[in-house]
Amino acid sequence: MMNDRVTLILLALLAPVASFLLIAAVPPLRRAGRPAAFVSFAAVLTSLASALRNWQLSGEGSEPIRAAWDWLPAQGGPLATMGVLIDPQSTLMLILVTLVATLVQIYSLEYLHTEPPGALGRYYAYQSLFVFSMMGVVIAPNLLQLFICWELVGVCSFLLIGFWYRKPEAARAALKAFWTTKAGDVGLLIGIVLLYRLAGTFDLLQLKHSIESHTFETAGLGLITFCLYLGAMGKSAQFPLHVWLPDAMEGPTPVSALIHAATMVTAGVYLLVRTEFLFRETPEVLALVAWIGAITALMAATLACVQTDIKRVLAYSTVSQLGYMMTAIGAGFAGAGFLHLLTHGVFKALLFLGAGAVIHAVHSNEMKDMGGLFKRMPQVAIVFIIGTLSLAGVPLFAGFASKEEVLGAVLAGGFMGPFLMLLTAAFLTAFYMFRVVFVVFFGPAKPAHAHADPHAHADAHGTGGDPGLAMSGPLWVLALSALAIGGYFTLHHAEAEFTSPAWLTPAAVTVALSGIFLAWLTYQRQTISADSLASAFGPIRRAALAKFWIDDIFEAIYRSGLLALARIIGWVDRYIVDGVLNVISAWTLDGGDVLRRIQTGRVGDYIFALAAGLVFLMLWMGGGF
Amino acid sequence: MPLSAYLTLSAILFSIGLFGVITRRNTVGILLGVELMLNAVNINLVAFSRFHGTEVGMVFSLFAICITVAEVAIGLSLVILLFRMRRTAIADQIDWLKG
Amino acid sequence: MEFPILSLITWTPFIAALIIMAFARHRPLMVRLVGTIGSSITLVGSTWLYFAYDHAKAGYQFFEWFPLVPSLGIHYQLAVDGWGLVLVLLTAIILFAGSFASWTVKTRGQEFYALLLLLVTGVFGVFVSLDLFVLFLFYEIAVLPMYLLIAIWGSSGEVLPQGVFGWAFKRTGVGTKEYAAMKLTLYLLLGSAFILVGMLALYTAAGSTTFSLLDLQQVKYSPALQSWVFLFFYVGFGVLAGIFPLHTWSPDGHASAPTAVSMLHAGVLMKLGAYGVLRLGFGLTPEGALQWAWLVGSIACINIVYGAFSAMSQKDLKYVVAYSSVSHMGIVMLGMATLTEQGINGSVFQMVAHGIMTGLFFALVGLVYEKAHSREIFKMGGFATMMPGIATAFVVGGFSSLGLPGTAGFVAEFLAFLGAWQSAHSWWLFPGVTGAFLTAIYVLRVAKQIFFGPKSADPHFQDLPDAKGTEWVALVFLVCILILFGVFPMLMVKPIDTATVAILQHMGLGR
Repeated sequence: MMNDRVTLILLALLAPVASFLLIAAVPPLRRAGRPAAFVSFAAVLTSLASALRNWQLSGEGSEPIRAAWDWLPAQGGPLATMGVLIDPQSTLMLILVTLVATLVQIYSLEYLHTEPPGALGRYYAYQSLFVFSMMGVVIAPNLLQLFICWELVGVCSFLLIGFWYRKPEAARAALKAFWTTKAGDVGLLIGIVLLYRLAGTFDLLQLKHSIESHTFETAGLGLITFCLYLGAMGKSAQFPLHVWLPDAMEGPTPVSALIHAATMVTAGVYLLVRTEFLFRETPEVLALVAWIGAITALMAATLACVQTDIKRVLAYSTVSQLGYMMTAIGAGFAGAGFLHLLTHGVFKALLFLGAGAVIHAVHSNEMKDMGGLFKRMPQVAIVFIIGTLSLAGVPLFAGFASKEEVLGAVLAGGFMGPFLMLLTAAFLTAFYMFRVVFVVFFGPAKPAHAHADPHAHADAHGTGGDPGLAMSGPLWVLALSALAIGGYFTLHHAEAEFTSPAWLTPAAVTVALSGIFLAWLTYQRQTISADSLASAFGPIRRAALAKFWIDDIFEAIYRSGLLALARIIGWVDRYIVDGVLNVISAWTLDGGDVLRRIQTGRVGDYIFALAAGLVFLMLWMGGGF
Repeated sequence: MPLSAYLTLSAILFSIGLFGVITRRNTVGILLGVELMLNAVNINLVAFSRFHGTEVGMVFSLFAICITVAEVAIGLSLVILLFRMRRTAIADQIDWLKG
Repeated sequence: MEFPILSLITWTPFIAALIIMAFARHRPLMVRLVGTIGSSITLVGSTWLYFAYDHAKAGYQFFEWFPLVPSLGIHYQLAVDGWGLVLVLLTAIILFAGSFASWTVKTRGQEFYALLLLLVTGVFGVFVSLDLFVLFLFYEIAVLPMYLLIAIWGSSGEVLPQGVFGWAFKRTGVGTKEYAAMKLTLYLLLGSAFILVGMLALYTAAGSTTFSLLDLQQVKYSPALQSWVFLFFYVGFGVLAGIFPLHTWSPDGHASAPTAVSMLHAGVLMKLGAYGVLRLGFGLTPEGALQWAWLVGSIACINIVYGAFSAMSQKDLKYVVAYSSVSHMGIVMLGMATLTEQGINGSVFQMVAHGIMTGLFFALVGLVYEKAHSREIFKMGGFATMMPGIATAFVVGGFSSLGLPGTAGFVAEFLAFLGAWQSAHSWWLFPGVTGAFLTAIYVLRVAKQIFFGPKSADPHFQDLPDAKGTEWVALVFLVCILILFGVFPMLMVKPIDTATVAILQHMGLGR
């Protein structure tokens, strides 16, 4: 049975790789577009089936299964191995990844139907590579493999954000995303290297074992866990490295759903869940994680309130929810964070895909171009509202249980400050999400997007209703999953590792409902005008519109720091380091010019010099001096 | 006669030759000076040979004389060639070696 | 006696050069075919060598020996160990790719191919020689043709004289190909002077009876001698490896050189320098190496960060790649200075990884230049639409350059960093990692500027063709190898490790 599961996982891993190689290495297939998409479907469906079967095979309380193969040789045993580690966490995560990936790939076929076939082939090649890399992160039995797949995931994100590379914003956003996450990854790499010297292994199970049996010094562990956290900070968009995620929305919407909501950005959280046993030894780093998580959650929720681009609202909402997960982990309850990761993956993918359907119909990302869409596309509206209710943390929906779990965990961990920040963020979440719902689906209908070209204009009216099966199918699957998860947690209350006070549930529900109520008053009834609300929070609003100047700070570091320093060093190298050398050569040339003058070319002069030399030699040898 | 007398003669001859080589401006004159210097050397060789009672020096001087002949032949032909190309036999005006 | 495979690999390019000079005048196709066949033979030979090498037995294998000047102890003695094995393979790979990248050389193709092949004979010779005298001869053969190759087939750039030393720039003609060729040659000859003195010092100290590396290794030299001889080797070979501040020949030389020469030079010749420090410096004067490791590593750190910043400031595409070589060679030197198994493995693996990667880069730059007739990064834009193949290869090369997992660059850098933290100077890790991050910035910035974004409005940059025909060979071949070694690093690390363990034991650092 053990071998069965390893084989299953390997099958799940290798199918997307095969698909990627096939699409990448066979140009005719790639240029054909749709056939490439079907190859990719086949692969990801194989992965999904394997992941589900693996879940089915997992029994209660079974030991983790690990299989590893040598990867890097060294004297006296391999330095590094590659393999799989199957435990409950990776089993569940694998299902989330493959499920969302499958749905997104199906959805993309309709969403990207106007792309030229070559670009479509490229898209599916990246998708396959992404699925593989993400699964690699999930099942990695050691930190090195995790890092490798982690970076590959980052590359796929880079490639997919820059999918429309002709758009300067997309190219720029892709670079920004890559550099920002890479900055975090530098920390992660340092952490792994440091940890290797301390513990002598990359293997998670071995590390856990040695921590539990106290076989190595934990003296320098604080620095190491901090470095690991830096990696998570970049990938999971924690303050202040969150700046790339909103810009990443330049990529196609299905990509945002898959990578920048459900899977890749949660890799940081997953890393912390995986290495929780290390962080447990360093409470000071955990506290930092909690505080930064809470700051991220609150800040991003504030920013989400002032966005006008529907995808950016969702992006900041993702940042905010990632902050929730991190805070729970920081409070010492990784289980709560992981649970929120899973439920969030489902409903946030749903929200993004729903937003994608809207964008597809309206041909604009701006909410001012949307309105009254409930009548035009009721299915999309219903699933979007299901997702929104989940995100807002309304009982019976998926987000409720996990959000309450997170809040309870933070409280149980004794972090009162972060708890209050999270509660505020929960209020804002409900507010900004229902703002989207009311403006987009219920407000007055807007004329079709003014900038759209005539063709798109006609298109917008022609297919303006609910999308076709390839898009609505995935939406419904996700919506039903969100409902099912919500229902499951309503019936089975998870056995918590902690006890939360009785007032927590009513408080959380009240906060969520009051957020919804405020949004309803403002954007539906318009009892409170949006403008007066805005002016009431004037300074905060202005700061939020400037994204709290964090992007500007990074921009300044890049331009006035790195590039300026580079220019100085480049100049010094050319004109000082190389200049000294050129001065020496110039002197040599000048010296030669001086010395060549004594070469008169007249034989008499040479003979005279010869004779003089002879006389000199005679006198010298005769001891004349 | 003591050896020193021969050596003095040779030294004087050599100096005269050297003086000629340095001061003469005509290439033929320079060649003549060179001849004098070579012959000074020959005198030295012969004198030492006599003094030591071996024949090696004699052989060398004969050898040197033979080479001198060849040298004069080549030297004079060079002078003639130079004269043809430059229309002059004055050494100072020939500075093709100038760097 | 077994089949002299090493001599075959070493002399095949030379024979091909002779054939080209003798029979291929005014027959450009024949020149190219002979060159390609010669390089294919070496590639097949090196691959065969790789598989025939007994990894379990390790050590030096495929010995060949016959006396040249027995009275002075000079013998033609060839053998390879793990390092030599992978570096011979690297050289063959780059030569193969380079012979395709030179397909479009127009003027004097005959002499070009002949000199290129002659140069490669020298490179192979250095990697397989066990006799210092012969090694030195090969070293000079590898260095000298470079002068002609750059001065005749190179391209000139423009450097504005600035700063307090501006007058000297005008005087020396900075930017011209003649300047670059002369600078490179003088620098490398200066280096060989140091090397020769070091070799002769050891030869004399060992009793003037043998130039054999194996015999000289057994001699116990006095610490004082080892100390200065190591420094001589370090400076002498280090010039070729581009150590700061003796690196300035490399950007100018690489920028001026024609495509295949840049490929070979940055891809293989710079590795000769690093290999020399490792083989002669660490192998013959271990105590000197232990004594000076701090210097080697610290200068390597400067190289990494300084080279990366310099690369970031360049506007000429070739200079960017050239400075990135300076930065990456820093990782090679850093790895060896750590004196740890992982570090040295990383160092040698980085030689291979960087060799292939930079070969790919220079091939790409050559192609872009051929199509767009420009190397000005900031004038280009949006080329990916017109040349998707070149763009893809460039991005893969860039990923390897910034140490992305899945490409050979990652494993090499990771090993070097792992070694750095385990060494006596663990702070070396931080400049190393910073360099990798800076590489991500400058490589992707350049890639974005040239290939992505809206298409440049410049009329010269419309309707540029993608690579075609033989131009694909070098690109596809090198990209595949980069990924192959990245995914299966044990292919390289296994043989490298055997030699590393041996040298660490020799240095008294073995486990």
